[in-house]
Amino acid sequence: MRGLAPQPLEPALAVRDLTVAYGGEPVLRAVTWQVPAGALAAVIGPNGAGKSTLLKAVLGLVPAVSGEVRVFGSPFAAVRRRVAYLPQRASVDWDFPLTALQVAAQGRYRSVGWFRPLPARERQRALAALAEVGLADLAHRHIGALSGGQQQRVLLARALALEADLLLMDEPFAGVDAASEAAILAVLKRLAGLGRTVIAVHHDLSTAPGTFSEVLLLNGRVIAAGPMATTFTAEAIAKTYGAPVPLGLVAA
Amino acid sequence: MLLEALTLSAGHNAAVVVLGTAAFGLAAGAVGAFALLRGRVLIADAAAHAALPGVVGAFLVALLFGWNPRGSPVLLAGAALAAAGGVLAIQALATGGRLKDDAAMAVVLSVGFGLGMVLLSVVQRLPIGGQAGLKGFILGQAAGMLAGDAVAAGALALCALLLLGLLYRPLALLCFDADFAATLGLPVRGLDLALHALTLAVVVVGLGAVGALMVVGLMVIPAATARLVSSRLAPMIVLSALFAAASAWVGAALSAARAGLPTGATIVLVASALFAAALLFAPRRGLVAAALRRAERWKKTKTPGGVAEPPAGGSERSRR
Repeated sequence: MRGLAPQPLEPALAVRDLTVAYGGEPVLRAVTWQVPAGALAAVIGPNGAGKSTLLKAVLGLVPAVSGEVRVFGSPFAAVRRRVAYLPQRASVDWDFPLTALQVAAQGRYRSVGWFRPLPARERQRALAALAEVGLADLAHRHIGALSGGQQQRVLLARALALEADLLLMDEPFAGVDAASEAAILAVLKRLAGLGRTVIAVHHDLSTAPGTFSEVLLLNGRVIAAGPMATTFTAEAIAKTYGAPVPLGLVAA
Repeated sequence: MLLEALTLSAGHNAAVVVLGTAAFGLAAGAVGAFALLRGRVLIADAAAHAALPGVVGAFLVALLFGWNPRGSPVLLAGAALAAAGGVLAIQALATGGRLKDDAAMAVVLSVGFGLGMVLLSVVQRLPIGGQAGLKGFILGQAAGMLAGDAVAAGALALCALLLLGLLYRPLALLCFDADFAATLGLPVRGLDLALHALTLAVVVVGLGAVGALMVVGLMVIPAATARLVSSRLAPMIVLSALFAAASAWVGAALSAARAGLPTGATIVLVASALFAAALLFAPRRGLVAAALRRAERWKKTKTPGGVAEPPAGGSERSRR
């Protein structure tokens, strides 16, 4: 019967003993975490806990002092085509002279090539990504004229346009209104349905259990990690934030 | 005389000066637009100031070896070395958090310029000829431009535009979102290096015609003007190049028509006149358009039963 047993899937992300430091000061200490393929995983912790740094270290944007990162069993550089990154909205200059469609189309360059014009078919794919986040009508609007939630959705559309198997999102719900939150939530559910893996830095403790299936509670080091249902306990949350946090409240 | 200079009929030398400066403007405007979007214009300013002691130093070295000190390749080489040294010094000072970026640039800028001025005053007292032209490197003296300089400016413009055209998409993504560009596998450091190299090339070639104090103006002001007029990337870059070329053309012609007008300063004033016009009359971002929009909204609130339309994005609108 051995041959019939389902092969365990390679985890989408496996981080082992990862330590990252800025100017000698460790931000992440010996972080070990696995995310099974197909999971919606949240990274939760207080400000300065190293959540964004964890994503950036996985993506090779900040160097690791020590430790190992495997994406689908390989080093990130070998599988970067299967990965999409959604940076924090505040890290981008929204006065930049681009339209929503031009930003979404940035997600197609890698497949199209950097030195030739975007074929009509690829433009359609970028437009379809905008439609998925409910912004088809605003495709030709300057990004500076969009609301915060719409800007967040433009970044999500660009990440979708990459057609990646693993999406790393830095606070996709930060500063968005109810309409944008619903649109982004729907996209996450759809991605999960397609078997894609999403790892998102998340701030809202009250919505986390309903949205994500896996969780990492982080505060410089791993406080707790695993399936949401068994890991996201009041005790673990209190330990993460250094004080009891009522679950009904939104942590800013 | 001005009309003749503008239409290139004021003699061979004036035509060379005007054409060469305009070609340089094309490169300065296009490279300047990217430098502005990447937030690196102050580096250009610091490099230009740091290039000054390089020019004077090269002049002295040329004298020492008996070369023709007016030979511009020698002076250009000196300027390029010193400017590159200035950029490296900024990076060395700013890495490791010893100094903030802007402080590091201010240090290099003022030390470079101070060194240049002191060297210049020393050279001025030497019992030799030819050093009078060195002063032109401060505020620009396109009248001293030779046919060779004009060709160099044209070649720079061609190379810069070709390179920017080739690297258009990677550079645009680098300027907009460097982290995302890096995750796609773009060589972010190499692209930044290319942009720095282009900036340095513009600064060095522009030193003679436009001057160390003014060259950054011809990179920034037309780019800012173009941004006021257009909210699209490609038109903005093309417009920036055209505005800079037009400013250089008119400014060089003005200074050729009136002996004694410093070329760089005149060019920058022409560029800033264009900027002022755009600030007032740009279709969407101009002050007049903004005032008209305000008046329109005010009229609507005054109409009985009328409700003012919220601006695009409404209350959720983010910072601009």
